[in-house]
Amino acid sequence: MSGAWWRIVPLLALFAFFVVMMLAGPSAAESLEGEGGSSTTPWWVWPPTLFAFCFMLGVVAVLAGVGGGVLYVPLVSGFFPFHIDFVRGAGLMVALAGALAAGPGLLRRNLASLRLSLPVALVASIFSVIGALLGLHLSALDPRIVQVGLGVAITGIAVLLLLAKNTWQPTVTKQDAVGLALGMHGTYWDYAMGETVEWKTHRTILGMLLFVFIGLLAGMFGLGAGWANVPVLNMVMGAPLKVSVATSKFLLSITDTSAAWIYMNRGCVLPLIAVPSMLGLMLGSLVGVRLLSVVKPQLIRYIVLVVLFFAGFKSIDKGLGLGFLG
Amino acid sequence: MALQSEPPIETRASREQIVYANLLTMGAWSGVFVLLVTYLIYVSGLLAPYVPLEKVPEYWGQGVAEYRTATGSPRGWGWAELLDRGDYLNYAGFVLLGLTTIVCYFTLVVRFWKTKNRVLLVICTLEVIVLGVAASGILGGGGH
Repeated sequence: MSGAWWRIVPLLALFAFFVVMMLAGPSAAESLEGEGGSSTTPWWVWPPTLFAFCFMLGVVAVLAGVGGGVLYVPLVSGFFPFHIDFVRGAGLMVALAGALAAGPGLLRRNLASLRLSLPVALVASIFSVIGALLGLHLSALDPRIVQVGLGVAITGIAVLLLLAKNTWQPTVTKQDAVGLALGMHGTYWDYAMGETVEWKTHRTILGMLLFVFIGLLAGMFGLGAGWANVPVLNMVMGAPLKVSVATSKFLLSITDTSAAWIYMNRGCVLPLIAVPSMLGLMLGSLVGVRLLSVVKPQLIRYIVLVVLFFAGFKSIDKGLGLGFLG
Repeated sequence: MALQSEPPIETRASREQIVYANLLTMGAWSGVFVLLVTYLIYVSGLLAPYVPLEKVPEYWGQGVAEYRTATGSPRGWGWAELLDRGDYLNYAGFVLLGLTTIVCYFTLVVRFWKTKNRVLLVICTLEVIVLGVAASGILGGGGH
């Protein structure tokens, strides 16, 4: 297959992605106007639609360097007729499946660090459970609160992704006592550079406090938290970028597990929604990884930022019932 | 001098990390496989679902509490009694994915117990408790 063909695949994927969004949009709006938010579209339309949508999402997410969960929840809650409770439940399962599949390879290559993960995962999972309970409580009171909160969070994430300047190899002159006691240091082999990279962390307490906030948001909105894990591990705690990205992905397998159980036990994980979403996103991510070497991801990253801003505003608009965005 | 292409021993993952990774691989892919098979059974109608497929879209626009009331769906581990139904059969895959990390942490608890690493032993034990409480349904099984 020629190189030129491969270069247009991501653009075709993006195009299809927006077509599905537009097709799903009116259906969602129409169905939500119905009594009790019921959908009039036959059930068998939804699994292939979700699968195709999430496949595109998986491709785009990898090329843009963001997790699938952060795109899944705002877009699916904004453009599909599912209640936000079910979208958050499915979103956590989507993020969990992706993290479980990616985690082993990252651990084996020693890019994801178990010693770095264990303490922060404990903090994040305690607070993701609290976030999940809080989110479900608020949603039971009034789902618009969660919808607006999600919109604000997604807009904030888009700003963070736009402004965050991660550092390839942060300078850590002296490891703090807590990090040292917890064994938050290591070495990995950088295949690209052909050299051994030694690393250690600092500002451990501050980093762990930030994971309180990350856990709360991940549990409350059913988002994967890679968007926040990476800057905290890299910019605050001083882990190299490769270690931060890999450890963040692995961390999701722990923090999302705790929140996913809460949503699952409440009945928020509907197989009809969750399974095609999980499979579509995993398959899309595999294709995205293959495309990564032949496309320029910067343009797609900007497109995704625009989509995130739009999804955030749409969520706020929907929650406040303003109707500016349809 | 030729460039070194193989990673030196000191950069390799620790034994506990490799064991964890191997368990994660088994749990993740068996969970996905089970989900794929059970989902096909569900949507093909091979096993009758608890909530008829055509009824699900009528209720998924409502909150989870309303959905449960309207369909009579269980909460907590109530799904375990409905594994003979197409929809709840899918929970076998979800649960496999959800239990994988807990099983992995058990191996860490044993490992850190043996190596007498008290700090990490406490951290891993606490994590098992957090995940266990979340999975038990004590917190998530109640509700509105």
